Amino acid sequence: MANDVDSATPLGGALSGGRALPGSDVGTAKTTVIEPARGWAPLKLGELWEYREVLYYLIWRDMKVKYRQTLIGAAWAIVQPLMTMVVFSVFLGKLAKVPSDGAPYPLFAFAALVPWSFFANGVTQSASSLVASGNLITKVYFPRLLVPMGRVLSGLPDIGLSFLVLVGLVAAYGRLELSLSLLWLPLMAVLALLTAFGIGLWLSALNVQYRDIQHAVPFLVQIWLFATPIAYPSSLLAEPWRTIYGLNPMVGVVEGFRWGLLGSGRPPGMPLVVSTAAALALVVSGAFFFRRVERTFADVI
Amino acid sequence: MSDDIAVRVDNIGKRYRIGTRRTPGTVMLREVLTDLAAAPFRKLRALGQRLAAGSETLEQPIRADQIWALRNVSFTVPRGQIVGIIGPNGAGKSTLLKILSRITEPTEGRVEIHGRVGSLLEVGTGFHPELTGLENVFLSGALLGMRKTEIERNLDEIVAFSEIEKFIDTPVKHYSSGMYVRLAFSVAAHLEPEILIVDEVLAVGDVAFQRKCLNKMEDVHQHGRTILFVSHNMDAVTRLCERALLITNGGIQKDGPASDVASAYLLSTLKTDAVQEWPTPDTAPGNAIARLRRVRVRNEAGATVENVDVRQPVGVEMIFDVLTPGYVVVPSLMFYSRNGTCVFSAQDLDPEWRRRPRPAGRFVSTAWIPENLLAEGALLVSCSMSSYHPFEVHFFVREAIAFNVTDPGNGDSARGDWDGSIPGVVRPLLKWETSYRSTPPSE
Repeated sequence: MANDVDSATPLGGALSGGRALPGSDVGTAKTTVIEPARGWAPLKLGELWEYREVLYYLIWRDMKVKYRQTLIGAAWAIVQPLMTMVVFSVFLGKLAKVPSDGAPYPLFAFAALVPWSFFANGVTQSASSLVASGNLITKVYFPRLLVPMGRVLSGLPDIGLSFLVLVGLVAAYGRLELSLSLLWLPLMAVLALLTAFGIGLWLSALNVQYRDIQHAVPFLVQIWLFATPIAYPSSLLAEPWRTIYGLNPMVGVVEGFRWGLLGSGRPPGMPLVVSTAAALALVVSGAFFFRRVERTFADVI
Repeated sequence: MSDDIAVRVDNIGKRYRIGTRRTPGTVMLREVLTDLAAAPFRKLRALGQRLAAGSETLEQPIRADQIWALRNVSFTVPRGQIVGIIGPNGAGKSTLLKILSRITEPTEGRVEIHGRVGSLLEVGTGFHPELTGLENVFLSGALLGMRKTEIERNLDEIVAFSEIEKFIDTPVKHYSSGMYVRLAFSVAAHLEPEILIVDEVLAVGDVAFQRKCLNKMEDVHQHGRTILFVSHNMDAVTRLCERALLITNGGIQKDGPASDVASAYLLSTLKTDAVQEWPTPDTAPGNAIARLRRVRVRNEAGATVENVDVRQPVGVEMIFDVLTPGYVVVPSLMFYSRNGTCVFSAQDLDPEWRRRPRPAGRFVSTAWIPENLLAEGALLVSCSMSSYHPFEVHFFVREAIAFNVTDPGNGDSARGDWDGSIPGVVRPLLKWETSYRSTPPSE
């Protein structure tokens, strides 16, 4: 019914190309059933994979936007842990003479602050992620799990940058040794990532319903900082307390990071196993909880 | 079996809790865990009651603070059909689209969708103000369901179509709203789902943009796609859709050919019918001389009609009683468009009764409006009766009845081959003459 003038618009051409929607590889019609769900929902990991490009763009967006219109840009990723390290070194290292397992205190603190900043930012960012993406959640469908996941992952360049500074600092102290134990570092970063993601799943989902969470998060992160051996060594604790302490996954991360880079403290053992188990438990429980409550996100947000 | 069905909606309902707007049925752990923290005492008591009562309290009873935004909605859409969804604000149209787009879950019922769905519930889904136009093309495209390779392949076209090549590397926060909409729309135009769900996207943008949107949907439809779209633009719905659903108060009130449903909706918003009747003389408007008993819109066959084909004559019929003989009375009518413009007025000039005192009794006067005179849309009719010597108004009923003029657009009306909007309160079919010479006259 469109007259000739209309069909000459570029639209006619625009619509003839392309194929749409994730999961569209199958040429035949795919059937979607929409029904009210009851109780615990499956995780649908396959769907996460289908939407991997959405995840990619969410991370990409967060990274692009993070330091737009700032003076020092990505340097903020370094300033934050570096300044904390200076403060800790002056007040705790110099004045309070907190022991540091034989390593120079600034190195001791910074080696812990690098994974810690990544974790703390990941938790803070992902906890508010769903509420911040309210506009998307009410307008388009994609697995909501990708939102907190993307926020945590978009902190990876930051930890990369601050890690380079850390390596430089270790070298400046003349303590850089190339050894196999360095291989622990990426593993510890993954553990920090999993922990932040697990916590982020819980907090972001709860924050949709209860905005109390966003007020509680800074407080939670602060307490967590002191519950993790960042400013002090965990060697201050005796077994079995040290293993129980490992229930805080960041204990395993920080210990592993220091041991891998500085060779200080004890090699990762039972506490790390406990930490890993705790992190996995957080992720799995968080994912199921998230899936269970996500069906009301669009109504509540 | 499902080959020819694109969407099957079976008895869906969506319940909201007013205030907290929490969907029921998601109690247990979440409630226990989170509410426990929020209101320990209240929750502990409730928990105790729940444990005592057993699992049947899991589904909470409907309470006064719960509303059904949608209830008992069922319909099927065959593949390739284009369906308009109309209704007043707050009727549940957007809730329906959100359920079909999987943004929110129904409280009850089931939906089956055969094919890939693309939803356009807003202009510029996922746009981030700090990102450049180009960056937003990728972000929005991905969120709407396009693959990266697909966006890259169509990138030149998308950018060219948006007509803002010069600003494509500028953050969209510096865009004018027109540029923003053009870019957002050109991304959406390159989506190619099998089933397209469109919310009131057409409401934004200028007239040219709205036309572009309509043309695009028509195009998509001609490619055999199924389209569901919500609109308040009845002209668009009538022109574009084969079928329309009228949703009011969370249910489907009417489902049928788009022009019928659209005009029924238009008339219902006028709160005026095609006929009005006063069964008892004492309630009838009028005085001791004359009283109006019924007024209606009729076709040539004599049936009351609310939808009038612009190519057919239409009659407005007044039935009135003359109670006191000996008066010269003149029935008259005034026709108003929806926005209150008086389109024209008419008075009864029937030579048989003109200037002639009427006896007591019942009269039926019908004014015939010729075919191909009116414009499309609703007309409200006021009717009155007066005497001129001395001047006296016997009755005057404002907006007594209403009817709707439709044009099927077959090319034989004054609309011709044009399918856009046409200004003017009337649209007479004129006689056009053309003279022609093969060479221009020499000067």
